[in-house]
Amino acid sequence: MSDDKLIIRGIEFRSRLWVGTGKYRDFEETKRAIEISGADMVTVAVRRVNVIDRKSENLLDYIDPKIYKILPNTAGCYNVEDALRYSRLAREAGVSDMIKLEVIGDEKTLFPDTIGLLKATEILAKEGFIVFPYTNDDPVMAKRLEDAGAAAVMPLGAPIGSGLGVRNPFNIRIIIETAVKVPVIVDAGVGTASDAAFAMELGCDAVLINTGIAGAKDPLAMAAAMKHAVLAGRLAYKAGRIPKKLYATASSPLEGMF
Amino acid sequence: MRLIINGEIVEDLKATNVSELLEELQIQTGRVAVEVNMQVIKKTDYEEYRLSEGDSVEIVNFVGGGQGDE
Repeated sequence: MSDDKLIIRGIEFRSRLWVGTGKYRDFEETKRAIEISGADMVTVAVRRVNVIDRKSENLLDYIDPKIYKILPNTAGCYNVEDALRYSRLAREAGVSDMIKLEVIGDEKTLFPDTIGLLKATEILAKEGFIVFPYTNDDPVMAKRLEDAGAAAVMPLGAPIGSGLGVRNPFNIRIIIETAVKVPVIVDAGVGTASDAAFAMELGCDAVLINTGIAGAKDPLAMAAAMKHAVLAGRLAYKAGRIPKKLYATASSPLEGMF
Repeated sequence: MRLIINGEIVEDLKATNVSELLEELQIQTGRVAVEVNMQVIKKTDYEEYRLSEGDSVEIVNFVGGGQGDE
């Protein structure tokens, strides 16, 4: 298992748990939670600098880009133009070509606008970006995104921040097993450790969690729980689970009984 | 000079290029990205890029976020 490393476009990841940096109490808690989670891929948002109050601290003072891989997102973008604009700014502000591409289609569910997402993926991939599109759990769309140049696909388990877990494990399996060759990372919906383990048992290459950790009563404890869940789920997937059967099969021998 | 910075009108700026503007606003160049009139300006072009009266400037950086923020 020691060589079971996740590698995407030549980038090697220490952990199959990717984490967000939103919704924490402060930067110190963000930093601690990420350390405990063992994650080395960390998503961030791109927002206007507070020009008036220059004393406000910077997230990157806490999350060192020399230690962590910084994955900027286009969260909050509702059209292709905005997503492209934020992506190009993120590349200029950051240190890599990676972008977690979100084109949101609906405010209430935050479901992706997959038509816009596909367009933006195509354009950004041509511009040399390493594109990680946040998509729905549709295997056909996952394939289209792969064809458009996505480095991985990031289907949602459930709506962002909902904590509903993987609502359509069958589609996620189809995406992994037949739809695409690129890595599959479940993005959104993971509410607790069992959800993360379950996603990994399906064969996902990684999971991205933000609210599931940051929104827990004890985010630091949940960061540890998620770390172990992802490891356990990956190990179980690689180990190969037993088939489900309706009736019992004795595991102790009958031979040698009275 | 008068510029629109992050949506706000800012008057009486002395800066004539992007590099000087960031210095005047006391913003470290390392962790930000700058757009002038919807065009991303490369860090290597900060000195060269001359600002004009009324230009719309966006200065962004990374903040906490994960998915679908706000």
